[in-house]
Amino acid sequence: MNTMLKIIKYELRDVIRSKWILIYFAFLFLITEGMFQFSGSSSKVLLSMINIVLILIPIITISYGIIYMYSSREFTEMLLAQPIKRKTLYAGLYSGLALPLSIAYLGGVGLPFIFHGVDESGQFSVLLILLLSGVALSFVFTSLAVLISLSSDDKVKGLGIGIFVWLFMAVVYDGALLFGSYLLSEYPLEKPMLGMTMLNPIDLARVLLMLKFDISALMGYTGAVFKKFFGGPFGMLLSSGMLLLWILIPYLIGKSIFVKKDF
Amino acid sequence: MKSIFKIYILLLLTIIILRQTELCARDIIVDKSGSLTSINQALRLCQSGDRLIVKKGYYKERDIEIDKSVQIIGENFPVVDAEFKSGLFHIKSDGVRIEGLIIKNSAMSFVSEYAGVKIDSAKDCVIKGNKILYNYFAIYIAFGADCIIENNIIAGRQSKSETTSGNGIHLWYSKNITITNNKISNQRDGIYLEFSENSTITNNISEDNLRYGLHFMFSHRCVYKGNIFRRNVGGVAVMYTKFIHMYNNKFENNWGPASYGLLLKDINDSEIKYNTFHENSTAIYLENTMRVRLERNNIIDNGWAVKIKSNSTDNDFVYNNFIDNTFDVSTGSKNNYITFRKNYWSKYSGYDLNHDGYGDVPYKPVGLFSAIIENNSPAMILLRSLFIQILEAAEKVVPVLTPVKLEDVQPLMRRVK
Amino acid sequence: MIRIEGINKSFGKLHVLKDVNLEIESGKITAVIGPNGSGKTTLIKTILGLMKPDTGKIFVDDKDISKGVEYKNKIGSMPQIARFPENLRVGELIDMVSDLRSRKNGVDKELFESYNLDNELNKMMGTLSGGTRQRVNAALAFMFKPEILILDEPTAGLDPISSSEIKDKIQKENKNGKTIIITSHILSDIEELSENLVFILEGKIIYNGTVKGLIEEKGKINLERTIASLMESNGK
Repeated sequence: MNTMLKIIKYELRDVIRSKWILIYFAFLFLITEGMFQFSGSSSKVLLSMINIVLILIPIITISYGIIYMYSSREFTEMLLAQPIKRKTLYAGLYSGLALPLSIAYLGGVGLPFIFHGVDESGQFSVLLILLLSGVALSFVFTSLAVLISLSSDDKVKGLGIGIFVWLFMAVVYDGALLFGSYLLSEYPLEKPMLGMTMLNPIDLARVLLMLKFDISALMGYTGAVFKKFFGGPFGMLLSSGMLLLWILIPYLIGKSIFVKKDF
Repeated sequence: MKSIFKIYILLLLTIIILRQTELCARDIIVDKSGSLTSINQALRLCQSGDRLIVKKGYYKERDIEIDKSVQIIGENFPVVDAEFKSGLFHIKSDGVRIEGLIIKNSAMSFVSEYAGVKIDSAKDCVIKGNKILYNYFAIYIAFGADCIIENNIIAGRQSKSETTSGNGIHLWYSKNITITNNKISNQRDGIYLEFSENSTITNNISEDNLRYGLHFMFSHRCVYKGNIFRRNVGGVAVMYTKFIHMYNNKFENNWGPASYGLLLKDINDSEIKYNTFHENSTAIYLENTMRVRLERNNIIDNGWAVKIKSNSTDNDFVYNNFIDNTFDVSTGSKNNYITFRKNYWSKYSGYDLNHDGYGDVPYKPVGLFSAIIENNSPAMILLRSLFIQILEAAEKVVPVLTPVKLEDVQPLMRRVK
Repeated sequence: MIRIEGINKSFGKLHVLKDVNLEIESGKITAVIGPNGSGKTTLIKTILGLMKPDTGKIFVDDKDISKGVEYKNKIGSMPQIARFPENLRVGELIDMVSDLRSRKNGVDKELFESYNLDNELNKMMGTLSGGTRQRVNAALAFMFKPEILILDEPTAGLDPISSSEIKDKIQKENKNGKTIIITSHILSDIEELSENLVFILEGKIIYNGTVKGLIEEKGKINLERTIASLMESNGK
C-alpha cells in the first residue's frame, strides 16, 4: 500500500504537470463557466453538461489513457526493475491515471458551480449525480484504456481499438438498440431495453442523468417503467453495481495481463 | 298629458311598494341555542328578501330547498352537514345569496347530482366565501344565469376514484356566470362547463383534481383569466367550443401518460395568450383545432411543448417562449398546417448577422427523435444518446421523417418579455 | 551469485531462449554478447523480472526470483534506452527511486557528481538531452550501492569522457567486489573490462568462460577476431 501511494504520488506529479490534463481541466472549466455566463441559469448549465459528461469524458479518457500508457512504457519498465510487486505497480499506475482525470473533471465542472451555486436546492442532487457519474465514467474508461494498451503492443492499433470501443458504446450500440426495437416492436420492450442499457456504461450513466432532467417527458408509460426501476433502491443499487463492474472487470483482466506481461 | 301623469303615478307607486318590501325585509336568526335551530325551519317562515343569519354551530340538515329570494349568511362559519345522506342547498329562486357557511358531506349518487349547492333554473345568485367540503358535487348550476361564484374554498373527499367524485364547479346550460377567486381541489373536474356560454372564469386555483383542472364542452365565448391549474391528473381538457379567450393562466405540473397542460380538441377561433405552461408531460395538445392564435405564452420545462394532430389547421404560434422542453413540437405526420412565427426557442443555435433580432436560419422545432418515439415508445430510453443527436443533426439537413415545412423562419434571438 | 536453470522463452513462434543454463560468478564482470536478436536482452530482462520465462528458474543468492521482488534491492540496472517520465525533475526521479528501494547500503553519488548532474536537479526529464538522460540513467544504476549491476550497453549514447568515466566506475566497483553483467557491441570495451564472457547465438549459449581463455583457444589477436571466427564456425 505504502509503495502504491509512492507510485501514485510520482505519477500524479507527472500527469498533472503534463499539459494535457491541464488542458482538459481548463477546457471543462471554460465550458462550464462559459455556460454560466451565457445562459445564467444553473439548470440549463446542468442540462448542457450531460453532453459533456456522456461524450467528452469517455473519448478523452480512453484516448488519453491509452496514449499515456504507451508513452509511460519505459517508466513502467524502470519501475519494474525496482523492488516493486507487479500488482502494486499496476494499482499505482491505474490510480495515477484515473485520479487526475477525475480530479480534472471534478474541478473543471465543479468549481464554476461552487462559484455560482445552484438555483434551487433540488438541483443539488442533480449536480451530485452529474459529478458522480462523470467520475464513474472516468474510472470505467481508464480501466478500458489500461486493458487495451496492455492487450496490444502497437500504439496505433491500441488507439484505434480505443476509439472503436468508444464509438461502439457511444453510437453503434444505441443504433443497434433502436434498430432492434423496430424489429421487435410488437413486443413489450421496456424491460429488455432497460436490461440492454445496463450493459453499456455510457447508456447507464445517460439514463441515470436523463431520469433527473427529463422527468416531464418520462411520465408516459415507458418513462414510468424506467423511472420506477432507476428511482427505486434496487435499480439504484443495480445500476451503481453495474458501473462498478464496468470499472472492475476490465481492471482485473488488465491486472492479470500486466502480472504476466513481458516488458 | 293625462296618460303621462297616470304613468308617473304608477311608477311612483311601484317604487313605494318596492321600497316597502325592502323595508319589510327581516333578519331571521338561526341559532342552535335560539328559537330557530334549523335552516329548513327558518326557510319555511321567511319570505323573499329576508336574510337568514346562521350563527356558529353544527347543523345536520339536508335537502334545503330555497324557492324564495333570500340570503343565507353564516357567522363564524357554521357547519351544515348532510352526513352523506342527500344533497344540501337546492336553489330554485332568483337572487339567492349563500355566504360564509361550511357546506359539507353531500351524498354520492349515480342517479342524482347531489351537490353542496345546486342552482336550478335561477338567476342572479351569489355563492360567496363558503367552504364547500367533501361533497359529491360542490356547486352545480343547471340552466342558471348571471350568477357569481366567488371566494369559495372547495375540496372534495380524497377518494382515489373519479367515478365516486363529482365536479367542483359544474355548469350545465348556463350563461353569464362569473367564477372568481375560488380554490378547488380533490374533486373530479375542478371547473366543468357544458353548453354554458359567455361566462368569466378568473383567478381561480384548481389543483390536485382526479381528472381535469378545467374541462368544458360546447361552451362558447367564455373568458379564462389568471387561473392556476396544477397537479391535476389529466391536466386541462377543453373541447367542441368556439371563441375562447384564455389569458394569463398557469398550467403547471400536470404529469402522466395522458396528462396535458392544455388539451384542445375541436376548438375554433380562439385566443390563448400570456399563459405559462410549466413542467407538464405535454404542455399544449391540438386536435382538430382551427384558427387558434397562441401568443406570448411561456412554455418551459415540459416533456413536449406542443403536440399537434395533423387535422389541426390554421393555428398560429407567435411570440411564444419555448424554453428547455425535452421536445418542442411533435406531429403525427409529415403534413403540417400550423404556422410558427417569431417565437423564442431555447434550443435554437443559429446566428443573427444583421442584428434584427431574428435568427437568420429557420428553426425546425420537430426533432427526429420525437417522431421516432411517436410510434416506438420504448426507444425513449435512448433520449440524449449521441447516436440520436447525430441522427437529429442529419435529419435537420435532409428531412426524411419530419415535416419539411414546419419551421419558424423568424426565430427570436432573445426571449419575449 | 546468479544461477539460471533451464530457461526457455518464446514470443509466439519465435523461440528466443533455448534451455539456457548459466551461472554468473560473484565479484566478477561478465559480458553477455551475441548478434542482434540472439536473446541477450531477453536474458537480461528475465533476470531483472521484466520478462517471465516460460520454463526454468533463476536464483539470485540462492533465492528463486519468481517468489518475490526483494532481490531487486540488490540489483542496479541501466537499461539500454532510458526514457523517463517527462514531467518529473531529475531530483524527483532520484527521490522516487530512492523512495522505492531499501537503501540499506547507503548512497553512492560518485558518478552523479563526476557527471555534474547536480546542476540538472531542477530540470524536467523531458527537457534533457539524450546524453544527459543517459548519464542520469547510469548514475541511478550505481546510486544505491547494489551488489549486482546489470548494464545494457552502458557506453552507448555517451560522449567519450562520460564513457571512460563509467568504465572507470565499473572497474572500481568490481574491485569493491560487485558482480557486474554488461552487454555491449563494442568488443574493445568488453576486452578492456570483462573477465568472463557469455556468448549467445540464436538463444543458445555457445561459449561460457573467460575472455582470455576464448581468445587463446581460438588463437586470435583480439576479441573481435575471436568472435568473428566463433560465428563462422557456427555457420553464420
